[in-house]
Amino acid sequence: MASNEEILAGLAEIVNEETGLAPEAVELDKSFTDDLDIDSISMMTIVVNAEEKFGVRIPDEEVKNLKTVGDAVDFIASAQA
Amino acid sequence: MARKVVITGLGATTPIGGDVPTMWKNALKGVSGARTLEDDWVARYELPVTFACRASNKPDEVLTRVEAKRMDPSTQFAVVASREAWKDSGIEEIDHDRLAVAFATGIGGVWTLLDAWDTLRDKGPRRVLPMTVPMLMPNGPSAAVSMDLGARAGAHTPVSACASGTEAIALGVDLIRAGKADVVMTGGAEAAIHPMPIAAFSAMQALSKRNDDPEHASRPYDLDRDGFVMGEGAGALVLEAEEHALARGARIYAELAGSGVTADAYHITAPDPEGLGATRALKAAMFDARAQAVDVVHVNAHATSTPVGDKPEYTALKAALGNQVDNVSVSATKSQTGHLLGASGAVESVMTALAVYERKAPVTINLDNQDPEIPLDVVTSARDLPSGDIVALNNSFGFGGHNAVVVFRNA
Repeated sequence: MASNEEILAGLAEIVNEETGLAPEAVELDKSFTDDLDIDSISMMTIVVNAEEKFGVRIPDEEVKNLKTVGDAVDFIASAQA
Repeated sequence: MARKVVITGLGATTPIGGDVPTMWKNALKGVSGARTLEDDWVARYELPVTFACRASNKPDEVLTRVEAKRMDPSTQFAVVASREAWKDSGIEEIDHDRLAVAFATGIGGVWTLLDAWDTLRDKGPRRVLPMTVPMLMPNGPSAAVSMDLGARAGAHTPVSACASGTEAIALGVDLIRAGKADVVMTGGAEAAIHPMPIAAFSAMQALSKRNDDPEHASRPYDLDRDGFVMGEGAGALVLEAEEHALARGARIYAELAGSGVTADAYHITAPDPEGLGATRALKAAMFDARAQAVDVVHVNAHATSTPVGDKPEYTALKAALGNQVDNVSVSATKSQTGHLLGASGAVESVMTALAVYERKAPVTINLDNQDPEIPLDVVTSARDLPSGDIVALNNSFGFGGHNAVVVFRNA
């Protein structure tokens, strides 16, 4: 079970790998689309990599609700619980 | 009077050099790009052919990690070569609505396609990358080049196997003459040194099996030729309407004076033994360029080093050029680079443009015993081309009976 800090750090690593964004730019209040400029294809890659890293399932219909990095951290944390 | 089209920028990433200056220096010296493959899959699949001509620079070491990640290797090669050609052209300001792309590939994103298939079988559909489709599509290279340059007058992808690269250049000429663009980034890219294409080309007996001596395997016109050697990379040429080039004081390598594209309609892989389709392409290209046989001093031949392919090209050259065929310096540069499939016509057009510009014909290596049935004047050490007005041809032929010829004239 990962802490929220660990989930954030893991997500930042995945985002960096996919987009080249600096991991420290990946903050809880940042919007994936508006702040981080992540398109839908990159978002799906990030989702699938997060599923593997954290051992959770993020249903496709849930992805549109993950607007900010914090939304994703909360979803992964609750899915792990 | 049709608009005149000139070549103002060149780019290449090939097995004998990762950029144009390195490639050209080696092409005049005569080197082999063929090496034994070190990949673990060669032994794993017990491939009957264990060597190829790898590009001398890995494109994902030239591009940024994030750029490379979204591109199949074939597209990576296209972007690397077209960036070099664009920089070389010196174009700084341009109407992007008048800039087009015609960039070919023979096979497309074969690595992406087969990696995705492996992922599907091993890990299931959820793990298949969302970028798989745009990475595997054969228009991937032309689309990526158009995005990279902001080329908005169309991004085209002629696909005609090993004639693709030359056909892309022919299309570029047509686009400029038809007034649909002022500048066209043309070229071809291929990245198919993968176990499946090696197995498949080998199954049709198209590849040389000289596994113990890769550097001497690609030997066009030699009696001991036994097939082609796979290569990878890209070539790129900036074609520009002459008035557009003159207005900005551009350096002009050569005029791209005309083209001829025909189909054999004979056999899916074997060339017409009489070379009739190739002859028609040569004649059409020379007519299009308003060139006479007597003007032709140099040919960069298709000459892949297969037992059946090299001779019909000679037959066609003789039919199209008549007695002038004896006075033409013929270079078979696949002896050095291997066969870059859909990129070969583009790389060889880069060489032909340089040959006209510098008046030097590049070298054919490994010609120890010339096939007496192909009595061409083959260039085996770098040779000066004549002064005055000259014309050079680049031939490319592809499975499917595709024939493409482009004509170069000194500017």
